[in-house]
Parts: sequence; C-alpha cells; structure tokens
Amino acid sequence: MNGKKLFVSGDEAVAEAVRLTKPKVISAYPITPQTVAVERISDFVEDGSLKAEYLHVESEHSAMSAAMGAASVGARTFTATSSQGLLYMAEVLPYVSGARFPIVMMNANRTLATPWALLSDHRDSLSQLDSGWIQVYCENAQETLDMIIQAYRIAEDPKVMTPMMVNLDGFILTHTYELVELPGQAEVDDFLPPYSTENRMDLDNPKTVCYAAMNDYMEFHMKQEFDMRKAPGVIEDVDRLFGDRFGRYYDGMVEQYRCEDAEVVLLTLGSVTGTTRAVVDAMRGEGYKVGLVKMRYLRPFPREEVLKIAASVKAMGILDKDMSVGYEGIVFTNVNSTISDLDNPPKRINFIGGLGGRNISKENIRGMFRELLELAEGQEKEKIQFINVRCNYHG
Amino acid sequence: MDRPKIVEYNMPECVEDYPLGAFCAGHLVRGNAGWRVFRPVIDHDKCINCLRCFLVCPDGVIDKSGEQLEIDYDFCKGCGICAFECKVGAIRMVKEGDQADER
Repeated sequence: MNGKKLFVSGDEAVAEAVRLTKPKVISAYPITPQTVAVERISDFVEDGSLKAEYLHVESEHSAMSAAMGAASVGARTFTATSSQGLLYMAEVLPYVSGARFPIVMMNANRTLATPWALLSDHRDSLSQLDSGWIQVYCENAQETLDMIIQAYRIAEDPKVMTPMMVNLDGFILTHTYELVELPGQAEVDDFLPPYSTENRMDLDNPKTVCYAAMNDYMEFHMKQEFDMRKAPGVIEDVDRLFGDRFGRYYDGMVEQYRCEDAEVVLLTLGSVTGTTRAVVDAMRGEGYKVGLVKMRYLRPFPREEVLKIAASVKAMGILDKDMSVGYEGIVFTNVNSTISDLDNPPKRINFIGGLGGRNISKENIRGMFRELLELAEGQEKEKIQFINVRCNYHG
Repeated sequence: MDRPKIVEYNMPECVEDYPLGAFCAGHLVRGNAGWRVFRPVIDHDKCINCLRCFLVCPDGVIDKSGEQLEIDYDFCKGCGICAFECKVGAIRMVKEGDQADER
C-alpha cells in the first residue's frame, strides 16, 4: 500500500478523495460549511492534478442541473452542497435519480432556517430521503474520504445506477482536522475503473434521455425501487472489497459496536457516533450492557439489520438530530416502521437533540443510556425526549 | 427522409424489462403521436420552393432532398405554421379524414 498520511479537515479530505476518483465534470456553488471542499477541488483543476471541467455555476439548482447534463453524456460527475443549498437543488434530485445518473454528491449537514443557523444537524438531508438517492452518513473525515471513493463504485454498479449523497456533519467534521490515510492513485484506479454506460446521449447511437412516460411512469418508478433494493448487497460487497484493498472496513449498512449481549442500544447517525462509542466503552467498563448501532445508510434503509438488532434487545434509543415538526424524529419513524414487523418489539425512546448544532455531550449520552436501562427494567418513560435544552418546557 | 420509422410497441412483460435510463431514439409508437387534427398539404403547382416552410417547421418534418418538398406525416403534428407562413398560399390545412383534393 502506497497510502500517505495527511493532516486535513473533513472538507479537504473530500477534495482529496474527489481527485483520486477522477470525475470528468465538477459543478458546484459554494455554501458554508462545504466551501473549502469545492475551493480545494477548484485548486486541483487549476493546477492540473485533476483533469476535469470545473463549472462555476450561479446556484445549487444549476449545480445539480449541470451535473445532470454532464452525467447524461456519460461523464463521471461530482457536486457538493449543504443545507439551504440542498433544498434549492431539491427539484433536480428526483430528476437525477429517475434518469438513473450515478452522480456523487457531498452534503455537509447543516440545519435549515428559520431561525438562521450555520451549525450541524440532519434536517437538510433527511428532508430529501424520498428523492431516490442513496444516503450514507459518515463518522469522521477518514470515513468520508473512503466513502467518496466507495460511492462511485456503488452508484455506478449496473445493478444499482442510482446517485449517492455522502453526508458529513458540518463544522464538526468539515472544519476539524484529522490525520487521514490517503490511498494511492494506482490502487484507487484499480478499485474504481473509469465510468462507462449505455445510459447516455451518443451521436453514433442516438437515444432518448429523461423521456416522458405518461403511461409507464409507475413501472419505471417500480424498477427504480427494485434496483434500490439490490443496493444493500452491492454496498456490503463494495465495503468488503474496499476493506480487503485498503484495510478499513465499515460493516456495510450498519455498524454494531459492542452489541453482542447488549440489553439496550442507542442508534446514531454521523459524528455523534464517535462520542457515543466512548460512552459505551466507559459504561461497559462499569458493567452496563449497552451497545451502539451506527446507522450508516438511511436509503436504502437497513431493514434486515435493524430487525435483527431490535429482536435481540430490551430497549432501543433512537437519537435524531432532526425533527419532522408535527410528528417525531425522522429516523425514529423509519425504525418504528421496520420493527412493527416484530411480535414483541423492544421499548423505544426517541431522543431529539443537536438541533441547530446544539452540543450532545458524553454526559447527555450517558443520560440517554440511563433512561433506556430504566425503561428496560419496566419504568415508564416519555416517548419523545429533547436533549440538552436550555430551560424548562411544558410541551 | 432519414427519420426513424414507426416501431411497434411491445409492452414489457415485467417491470425489470423496462429500459434503465436512456431509451432507443425516435421510438415512435403511433403516427404523429396522435396529435394531428389538420394536416398540411402542399400544392406543388403553386410551390416556388422558397423553403420558408422548411425553415419554420418546428418538428423539422419537411424534406427538401427530393425533386419537390415532402412532408413526413408520421412526425407532423399539424400545427399549421407552414401554411400560415407560406407566402404563395401553396399549403392548405386539410381536416384529417377529408380528401386533399376537396375544394
């Protein structure tokens, strides 16, 4: 392995990964906290170390539209966004997924206005769960770097042919520095061959792309769904191949950390997983049977894995850094829907925290585990609990 | 005229048989897509071959490669722009089903 170590921010790790994957076209509009990533990529195109067309567009809607245009002639394409920018792209997201263009996008998770805020939660990407994109959530800069490389291999798999959104928490990951291992170019070239597809405009073999299908819309959409159902298998395979090659395995759809004999588990997304890992280690040392479930993919949803975990524990906590106002946490809804198939599902608490970047501390997480352990022992608990609130509330 | 011919549409037998993304070009399954109510008919005695109709046709269905202009009725939608623009009155719009030579 000719990988080298770099001390970089999450944004810079993304840019390094993009350079290794050799996209032909990058179209992007800068938005905090994604800006550094697209600036670095722009530098790479300028200095010739990444041979690609870089399109400075005037909005995120145009960024995704231009990416789609490039993908429609068969180019490997990259874009990146965050928060309001992702929502401004929203119209184009199902356009891309329905047309089966395997664009890879970095999304720096940041909250949504109003009130205006810049820090990280998951309201942006989770609002786009239904857009037909694969969604993966990363715990640190190294995982993000690795997932950009894996993402092209997954998205471009002929069985899948679905765009993929690689999520990393804004600021917490994009702007903190971390020692990462950068895979060698030759090895990445070998792992990720150049993209080639029949799904493109071609003067020698004219085709219709993004057609109207008034009568067959439903069947096309069903095909999209059936192909998405094949994605978990591809994700597992790619994770294994990547691990064999580069030495880092991420356990595919879901990572279970110290869940073997766990009585209660906490389900997390993104960077808060790292904090939770530390709390699990500490509490295990004190004899508590607690475990961590790192939800890596939200689409496709890790149905089988969640069912298996749910069947083996007494209580589950679902930590949502988001909220569907008028109902509950979005991850909670998705988990509940899956485990409704069980005859005796475990008891559950939805912890809602981290909105607008509010910190979730080790002590907060320890408190969640305490609630879950008491719930498992039969105590009554509030189903939806807000974490680290600055004052009293009456709900 | 070098245009794709009407291809018989065979309904896929199952969802998996639907094309992924791009679809073969010019897959016309029904003449003029069932749009046309009036069809343009060229009176070649009046036509002076100015090619104005050829230039303005939004579907590009007027063929100028032969001795005289010809309209590809598989693709013509019957919009009537050619008849409206013709300066010598050489194109008439005839209701579908009626004979072209009816006066």
